[in-house]
Amino acid sequence: MAVSEQRNVSVEIKDDKVFTWPNLVAKEFLAAIFVTVGLLVYSYFVDAPLRELSNPGQAENPAKAPWYFLGLQEALVYFDPWFAGVVLPSIIILGLIVIPYVDNNPKGNGYYTFRERKFAVSTFMFGYIFWYILIYIGTALRGPFWSFFWPWEEWTHDFPTPPPLHNLPLPVGIALLLGFYFFGLVLPALINRKFFNKIGIIRYVITMGLMVTMFGTVLKMFLRLAFNIKYMIATPWINI
Amino acid sequence: MKSLQELKKLITENEIWRSVFRHGYTDTPRNRVLQIISNVWLHLHPAKVREHGTKIRFTWCMGGITFFIFLFETLTGILLMFYYTPDVNRAYADIVDLMYVVPFGRFLRNSHRWGAHAMVITVSIHMLRVFLTGSYKPPRQFNWVVGVFLLVLTFLLSFTGYLLPWDQLGYWAITVGTNMARATPLLGHEGPFAYILGMEANNDIRFALLGGTSIGAPALLRAYVWHCIGIPVIASALMMVHFWRVRKDGGISGPL
Ligand code: HEM
Repeated sequence: MAVSEQRNVSVEIKDDKVFTWPNLVAKEFLAAIFVTVGLLVYSYFVDAPLRELSNPGQAENPAKAPWYFLGLQEALVYFDPWFAGVVLPSIIILGLIVIPYVDNNPKGNGYYTFRERKFAVSTFMFGYIFWYILIYIGTALRGPFWSFFWPWEEWTHDFPTPPPLHNLPLPVGIALLLGFYFFGLVLPALINRKFFNKIGIIRYVITMGLMVTMFGTVLKMFLRLAFNIKYMIATPWINI
Repeated sequence: MKSLQELKKLITENEIWRSVFRHGYTDTPRNRVLQIISNVWLHLHPAKVREHGTKIRFTWCMGGITFFIFLFETLTGILLMFYYTPDVNRAYADIVDLMYVVPFGRFLRNSHRWGAHAMVITVSIHMLRVFLTGSYKPPRQFNWVVGVFLLVLTFLLSFTGYLLPWDQLGYWAITVGTNMARATPLLGHEGPFAYILGMEANNDIRFALLGGTSIGAPALLRAYVWHCIGIPVIASALMMVHFWRVRKDGGISGPL
């Protein structure tokens, strides 16, 4: 008697399950209907763009990639193509892939919380929002020759010549870059030993390496905007 | 009323109907289960799910909507294929025909185009929600990885489609995009250290992507085949894994 009663209790606590039909399926069907209607109504009123026949001899100005890649195209202002177009997106993809393996915080698994995983959520949100800010700039604020226009300005071909750019002297650049990575990797571990111990050296190096690279990318943009610095490191083989 | 009942009987109580729909629908727990498990499409779902997993405020329904848009794009895409030829001399004219001649062609093309944009948006919102609910944590790490591949494939699907109208917009967008491949370290002829592997404009990675040194007929055909066959097949395979994994990892994540 006592045993079966106990069983009942435990079953009741565990089982918060509901029937998929209709509880979930009804919502899915509704969502499908709304999406279909939304897409069809939009398609009825707004035409997909179509320009003149392609002409290899006459480049569009500005020539823009599809909007979801404009963040990367915008990064081209600040970096050489090998970084902005190839290495940066690869790092982003790899960074996304390793997230589950470097974030070993057991809390916040399966529910919304900021308090229990402040570091993870803020880092991710920073990158996510920054990606869209770059897309916005690339889409809306870049006109002919990829020059900058505010939303209220008209796109023209006669804009002021941008100020000349210069490179950092090579030793200074290398020192800055190495120093940046060195302190970026070492300081947080010293300041927050608990964090370091919790995630272990391998996870720590990967996490901080990615994070320092993300902030480094932003900082380089800042250097360019504030001090007209084109390359931190300029060599015949590679420029950063 | 009486005749309606009789009509219903006439339609449902015969061998043909019964061979398709095996059970009636009186609202019993048994039928709610059968409704799911005896339907090849719906049995993607378990018969019962944890309640919070059905909440729109939890999943935002974004994974499901992404999948739905993928199906929507498949349907409209197949219809478009009836009118479109991946030939540099015809592609543009075919699209113009779709816009001005083919009945509902404009509507069809618009829906495919806007659906593609919508999918890129919903997939990234889906990723955001999965991140914010911490749903990539054990045991779902690998499904997140599968998801990242799906994200990339969604971008590539949309990107390869961009060239197909063969207009200035697509042509120069794909030019800008694929020019990046030139700069790939080691593998692109303008990339750092490319001289080590002896890369030239006619043997580097961009050449492999375009089937030429500039965007021409081979590039259009490649974009077409990747867009209509290659990437959809790969993405479908990964989606199967993705959905299978959602179930094998214990259904939609939730507080333990
Ligand atoms: C074509 C793209 C994709 C499709 C069709 C898709 C579809 C789905 C669906 C239908 C679910 C069930 C729960 C829900 O709707 O939220 C799901 C869950 C999930 N997805 Fe995706 N997804 C895609 C891309 C992604 C991406 C880009 C990621 C992450 C980088 C991802 C990671 C996950 C994970 C970890 C789950 C399990 C979530 C949980 O249990 O709460 N998926 N996906």
